Amino acid sequence: MSSKIKFISIFCFFVFCFFIFFQSLKESKKYTPKALMDKKIINFKMKQLDSDEIITEKDIFEINKITLLNIWSSWCLPCREEHKYLTELKMNTRLNMVGINYKDKKKNAQNFLSEFGNPYSLILVDDDGKNSINFGAYGVPETFIYNSKKKLIKKIVGPIDLKTFNEIKNILK
Amino acid sequence: MKKILILLIIMYPTLSFSIENNKINKITKNLRCLICQGQSIYDSQSEFANSLKKVVEDKINENMTEKQIYKFLTDKYGEWILYEPEFNKNTYFLWLFPLAIFIFGGILIFKKKHKIY
Repeated sequence: MSSKIKFISIFCFFVFCFFIFFQSLKESKKYTPKALMDKKIINFKMKQLDSDEIITEKDIFEINKITLLNIWSSWCLPCREEHKYLTELKMNTRLNMVGINYKDKKKNAQNFLSEFGNPYSLILVDDDGKNSINFGAYGVPETFIYNSKKKLIKKIVGPIDLKTFNEIKNILK
Repeated sequence: MKKILILLIIMYPTLSFSIENNKINKITKNLRCLICQGQSIYDSQSEFANSLKKVVEDKINENMTEKQIYKFLTDKYGEWILYEPEFNKNTYFLWLFPLAIFIFGGILIFKKKHKIY
């Protein structure tokens, strides 16, 4: 009798382990930190791309508008993929789009914008990547959406695709 | 004595530099690179890792302690960024479970041994 119980409990243990490992196989390996959700935007000081003017977190928001902060770079291929969605989002009057140019050369960034169009109302420069870390970003492209109270309501790691594009449109409704 | 003193004075900048460097290395070895998840920030050469190394260096220069730096980073990236998670209500099972198994195993062996003799 006791050997039967032993067998069943060992069997259950292995099934349990198998189930856990099997479930984790399906899990997405892309890590999206949830730590920053609902938190207010951090304090920062960054230069503009086209001028030496210093911009702080107070300057990027517009009254009653949702602010989309997009980290991009001319050398980043997925940024080209998501650019068409950003261009389309630019039409929306409820949205204010700010770009952060990540570890890029000024000339290349300008070429990128003249080739694909500039969807941003303001472009800031993060040439050593430290500011992006302050934002809690870990690569390009990455998108942060803040409500009019300057709180983070959505974060997208990686390029904006059709699914996330529709999610952003829903936020803007 | 005088010679040793002079030597120490000459070596002071290099000594303090290596102490600071050791601290950076120690912290960055405990940080997970979120892009290449099998590597630490110390090992990785990704853009993210290189920037994070600079940030850690800045924080050390601002006289932040190791704990404060970890707090700064977990506030942004969550506990996942640390290889060695802190002991709190979310991780106590993780820390104590192996210990419990170890004690349980010890008791089993102890009991068995006493049965034999």
